[in-house]
Amino acid sequence: MSLSRRALLGTAAAVPAAATFRSARAQRPVVKIGVLTDLSGVYQDIVGPLAVESTRLAVADFGDRGFDVEVLIGDHQNKPDIGSNLVRQWYDRDGVDIVVEGGSSAVALAVSGVARDKNKAYINSGGATSDLTGTQCNANTLHWTYDTYMLAKSTGAAMVKAGGNSWFFITADYAFGHALTRDVGNFVTQAGGRVLGGVRTPFPGTTDFSSYLLQAQASGAKVIGLANAGADTTNCIKQAKEFGITTPLAGLLMFISDVHSLGLDTCQGLVLTESFYWNLNDRTRAFSDRLWKRMPNRRAGMANAGPYSSTLHFLKAVQAMGPAEAKKSGAALIAQMKKMPTDDDVHGQGIIREDGRKIHPAYLFQVKKPSESKGPWDYYNLLGTTPADEAFRPMKDGNCPLVKA
Amino acid sequence: MMMILGIPAPLLFGQLLLGVVNGAFYALMSLGLAIIFGMLNIVNFAHGALFMLGAFTAWGLLNYAGIGYWWALLLAPLIVGAFGVLLERLFISKLYKLDHLYGLLLTFGLALILEGLVRNYYGSSGLPYRIPSQLQGAQNLGFMIMPNYRGWVVLAAIVMCVITWLVIEKTSIGAKLRAATENAPLVQSFGINVPLMITLTYGAGVALAAFAGVLAAPIYSVNPNMGANFIIVVFAVVVIGGMGSILGSIVTGFGLGIVEGLTRVFYPEGSATVIFVVMVIVLLARPAGLFGRAH
Repeated sequence: MSLSRRALLGTAAAVPAAATFRSARAQRPVVKIGVLTDLSGVYQDIVGPLAVESTRLAVADFGDRGFDVEVLIGDHQNKPDIGSNLVRQWYDRDGVDIVVEGGSSAVALAVSGVARDKNKAYINSGGATSDLTGTQCNANTLHWTYDTYMLAKSTGAAMVKAGGNSWFFITADYAFGHALTRDVGNFVTQAGGRVLGGVRTPFPGTTDFSSYLLQAQASGAKVIGLANAGADTTNCIKQAKEFGITTPLAGLLMFISDVHSLGLDTCQGLVLTESFYWNLNDRTRAFSDRLWKRMPNRRAGMANAGPYSSTLHFLKAVQAMGPAEAKKSGAALIAQMKKMPTDDDVHGQGIIREDGRKIHPAYLFQVKKPSESKGPWDYYNLLGTTPADEAFRPMKDGNCPLVKA
Repeated sequence: MMMILGIPAPLLFGQLLLGVVNGAFYALMSLGLAIIFGMLNIVNFAHGALFMLGAFTAWGLLNYAGIGYWWALLLAPLIVGAFGVLLERLFISKLYKLDHLYGLLLTFGLALILEGLVRNYYGSSGLPYRIPSQLQGAQNLGFMIMPNYRGWVVLAAIVMCVITWLVIEKTSIGAKLRAATENAPLVQSFGINVPLMITLTYGAGVALAAFAGVLAAPIYSVNPNMGANFIIVVFAVVVIGGMGSILGSIVTGFGLGIVEGLTRVFYPEGSATVIFVVMVIVLLARPAGLFGRAH
C-alpha cells in the first residue's frame, strides 16, 4: 500500500472529527464482555482466537440497539490462579460485566467463585466439568455448550450399546478428566458394564501415551476410554494406531480441530459427540460462513462456536433489562437470562435451567472415511441425536444448592 | 502368566522397552545441551524450541517442497543448525563475558518467541506427519507389538550418540574442542580460531536437537509445544548426568527413560515427577552429577 501526502493530510483532518464524534457518543451506556480463553496452550485451537472471533461476530450480528459493547481478551494459560486473577482485575478495575468462554474445567471452577464473590456474571463454554451446574453451581454462573454428563450419555452410552461393556480409562489428571471418568463410569455400570481400571496421566506435559495404551490393552477391556482432550487425545489415537492396538478407542471429548489435526486416515470410524457442527443445518452453515469470512481456513467446533450463542443471549438480556439495570447485579442479569428462551444459529432454540445449565440437543457423529469426504472440513456423519431434555443430567441428580432452595 | 512384583511380565518388558525408546530422545537432546554447556557455558533454554523447529522444518519440507522423511533427516538439522549459528552470532555471542543467568534468560526468551511465532501461524493442535513407508508396520516380539519406527528411533539415536562421542573424544577437532573448553585463550594463542569453533559447536548442538525433532515428528503430533514438554525433563537429565558431561548425558538419558517407563506402571500419576525426585537424590549425594567432575 502506498501512502500519498494527500491521503495522510486527509487522515490527519479526520482524527479530530472522529474524536468529536466519540465525545458526542460518550453518553451512551457501555457493556463490557471479557473473553477469557487459551491463547497460548494446548487448547488454543479448541477455543482460542476462533472463540474470540465468534464473540465479536455475536456483537456485530446483534447490531446497535442503543448501547455500546466492548470486548476484552485474556489468556488464562490453563492455570486457575492466572485465570481468576485476571478476571478479578477485569471485574474490579476494568468494569467488565460478563466473562464468556472462560476456560477449561480447573479455570472454570476458580472463575465461577470469583464471579459469585464480586456479584458479576460468568458463562462458561469451553470447560467440561458437570460440577459447574452440580455441587459447585452458583447464581452468577451459566454452563453453556456441553459438559461431561452430555459426553458420557451420548458417546459412552453409544459405545456400551455397541457391545463395549468393559472399560479402561486413560484420564488426564485434573478436574476435567476426573469428572469425565466418573460420569462415563456411571453410565457404563448402569448399563450393566464394568470399569476394569484406569490410569491418571500427568497434565499438562505427557506426550508419550504408549505405556498407558499397552496397560489398557493388557487389562483386556473392550473399550479404551480417552478422558482427555486436545493434543493428549490426538497423541493417544496416533500412538494406538502405531502400536497396532485393536481395542476400540472412545474419544470422549473430541473436537473438529482434533480430527483436522490427525487427518481422516487416522480418525475414520471414530465416534464422538459435539453440540454443534458447521454443516449440520442451514442455520449452522449460515453462521459458519459468516465466521469463515472473519477467520478463514478453520471451521469452528462446539467450543469455538459456543461463545457466539452465549454472547448473543447476554446482549438480548441486557436489552430486555436496560444496560443500567443489567450492570448493577450479576445475579439479577443471570436470572434474567434464565427467564428468556434462547434462539441462535449455533444451537437453535433452547432454554436455561435453574441450576445454570443451558439445554440443547447433543449430536453423535462418526468420522468419515477419506473416500466419503467431499472437501476440507467435511468430516462428520450424523449417527444420532439426544434430544435437549435428555442430553443433560436431570436437575434433581446434580445436588446444586440453587435447586433445593 | 509370569508375574514380577505383581505386574504381568510381558507388560513389564514392554514398559522397559518403551523406556528405552523415550530414553533415546532424552539422550539425543541432552547430548546437544551438554556439548553447548561444556563449550559455551550457556544454559540453552531454546533447545526445546529448536527441537520443535526441526519437526516443523521436516513438515514444511514435505508440504511445501515435497521432500520426504529421509532427506528431511539430513536437511532439517542443517537448516536449523544454520539458524542456530545465526542466533549464536547475533545474540548469544554478546553474553559470554556475563553471568550464566543472562544466557539462560536470553535463550528462554528466544524459545518463547519461536514457539509463539509457530503457534500463531500453525495453531496448537498439531500437524500430521506420516511414518515413512519403509518403516511402517510392527514386529510381534511375543510380549508386545514393537512398531518398526520406534526401533529405528533407538537405532538412529544410538548411532548418532556414538558418532558424536567419537568425534569429541577421538578426533583432532574434538581434542581442540576439549582443550578450548579448558582454557580458551591458550588454545587461541596456538592459532586456532576459537570463536569460530564456538559458533560451530552451537550449530552442531542445535542440529542434534533438530535431528531429534525430525525423529519425533511421526510419533508425536508436530505442534508448537512439543519441545516445551521435553525441555524441563532434558535439563534434569543433564544435571543428573553432570553438566557438560557427554557420556553422562547419554547414559542418564537412556537410564531415566527406563525409570520413567517403570513409574508409569507402578504409579502413573508420578511419572512426570519421578525424574526430579531422582535429581534431588543425586544432587544431595553427588552435587556434580553422576558423571560430572567437581571444579
